[in-house]
Amino acid sequence: MPSRTPETRATSLFMRYAILVLVALIFVFPLVFMLVSSLKPSMQLLSDTSSIRAFLPVGDISLDNYTASFARAPVALFIFNSIFVTSVTVVLNLVICSMAGFSFAFLDWKGKDVMLSIVIATLIVPLETIAIPLLLVVNNLPWIGADGIEWGWLNSYRVQIVPFLSDALTVFLFVQYFRDLPRDLIEAARIDGASWFQIYAKVIMPISGPVIATAAILRFLAMYNQYLWPLMVTQSEQYRPVMVGLQYFFQLNTDWGQVMAYLSMITVPVLAFYLALQRAFITSIASTGIKG
Amino acid sequence: MASLSMKSVRKSYGAVEVIKGVDLDIADGEFVVVVGPSGCGKSPLLRMVAGLEEITAGTMEIGGRVVNDLEPKDRGIAMVFQSYALYPHKTVYDNMAFGLHIAKAPKAEVDAKVKKAAEILKLEPYLDRLPKQLSGGQRQRVAIGRAIVRNPEVFLFDEPLSNLDAALRVNTRAEIAKLHRDLGATMIYVTHDQVEAMTLADKIVVLEGGYAQQIGTPMELYHTPANLFVAGFIGSPKMNYIEVTVAEVSADGVKVAAPDIGEALLPIDPDKAAVGDRATLGIRPEDMRHGKTDGITVSGRVELVERLGHETLVEITTTNGLDLKGIIDGTTLISLGDTTDLSFAAASCHLFDSAGKALTRREVPEVVRARRGT
Repeated sequence: MPSRTPETRATSLFMRYAILVLVALIFVFPLVFMLVSSLKPSMQLLSDTSSIRAFLPVGDISLDNYTASFARAPVALFIFNSIFVTSVTVVLNLVICSMAGFSFAFLDWKGKDVMLSIVIATLIVPLETIAIPLLLVVNNLPWIGADGIEWGWLNSYRVQIVPFLSDALTVFLFVQYFRDLPRDLIEAARIDGASWFQIYAKVIMPISGPVIATAAILRFLAMYNQYLWPLMVTQSEQYRPVMVGLQYFFQLNTDWGQVMAYLSMITVPVLAFYLALQRAFITSIASTGIKG
Repeated sequence: MASLSMKSVRKSYGAVEVIKGVDLDIADGEFVVVVGPSGCGKSPLLRMVAGLEEITAGTMEIGGRVVNDLEPKDRGIAMVFQSYALYPHKTVYDNMAFGLHIAKAPKAEVDAKVKKAAEILKLEPYLDRLPKQLSGGQRQRVAIGRAIVRNPEVFLFDEPLSNLDAALRVNTRAEIAKLHRDLGATMIYVTHDQVEAMTLADKIVVLEGGYAQQIGTPMELYHTPANLFVAGFIGSPKMNYIEVTVAEVSADGVKVAAPDIGEALLPIDPDKAAVGDRATLGIRPEDMRHGKTDGITVSGRVELVERLGHETLVEITTTNGLDLKGIIDGTTLISLGDTTDLSFAAASCHLFDSAGKALTRREVPEVVRARRGT
């Protein structure tokens, strides 16, 4: 093959960057629109949508929409609820699913393959199909609290956390990652005298950063964006998360500036979390070929 | 340190039996090399000693204690893996100290043992480094260091040099031999490389088809191979084979006949030979001479000449289609297509019966009784 000239190389590079910039803009524009709109009064926001001004912080710019959002709904409480429920769920989910993955990948027990098949098969069952039966179950479960045994879990944090402590996708991600690790490491640790739990905690988990980051981000997004389930199980405002809180802005008259301000505020934790784990997440996607 | 004994040890994976009954006794402080071609079952055998594989049948004893059902950590062994198997997130120090930490050894003891191992292996400057910051040879030394700090009764090595380049392999081989001398520990070493086997072993176990084909010192295996497989496996280039018929059996030995060599009287014990038996004569290429200098001569056309400097490898094909290799003096003038003679002494010959089993040689060099280092 003839070698490429510097000109064709430059053109190819330019084209590549042009496409990447275009794709980046497609993803960034909605966020810019949201952020810019959150600073504008509703009337201006709607009139700007027909021009490039929709993406520019021009005209009557203020933080009024943010102030109004806080007056309209307990935004801080919703964000706290979401972050609390999501964080606790993600941490416990990672512990439980990684242990399950470890067991499927490294331990020998009867029925392991069948059990893994069943776990993976649950991937095709959407929450919507089991939401009603699940609601009936959690409504009749006991809980030992400060006042002794109580029945029914509705209107609580636990009802938003416990049903999501494990999930097939996270187990599957861990199983796949663990299976690719060299078995010699496990055997070296066994010869060193480590118990299975010590191998899990001291050998395997410390080298599983990429899959932990991937699973954490996927779980965080899924939990943070929950709408149907918390809507069904939290009648009291005290336990409601951000997505259910969005309803508060669509009652009576919808002020789009306030909606955008609220959306901007609830997007911040997601972005912060993603940026914190971005490097490990990309490493994992690149090395395992898992696409989100 | 401890002795090790295997009695009728077998290993099956489902219906497939890979180890079909191995008996082996290893004395305290002995260096035993298990050698064999790929798939012969040498790694499963080592892993059964380590406790990483279950023993399907038979008994395994370490230091007089049956270990069949003991966990790897309770067997008093340490293993060096082919892939090194270093913990990538731990420093050299922590890699070596991991087993002691798990055993909850006092900090001062851990420190002393790790530093002593590092001193033996010249790893002191690298204790704070991660495995990825080390060269292949250094990683191998860390893997050996991790084994040393455990102060095991038996060291197990699973092809530890196969990931190293040729020069480093020679150095590390010498280091392992020195380590064995210094520690005086019992060591079992698995390899497919016969040079490693010959140079390191007090005793070699040649494994093939799930059986120990022969167990003996390197020189016993070389000079008195028990069968055709061992004869062909030990020694490089491989031993030449000539199909012969037993023409006469007498007190002087066994006279054999074949079209390419005529008749030759071999100093072989005649007990198990009978006139008319088919047999295989074995002769090592390094026992061949150029010309008609030794007793038995074979003529043929030169098909291959490989000059190695101090010696030359030649291959000839006789008119009957027999291929023979010989290692001759490096200064000999010889060209492809020439017709030439290779000869060998009757005393250098091996004879195998029709089942491939060796008949006893009467004239065996004194060196057969040599042990490593003598």
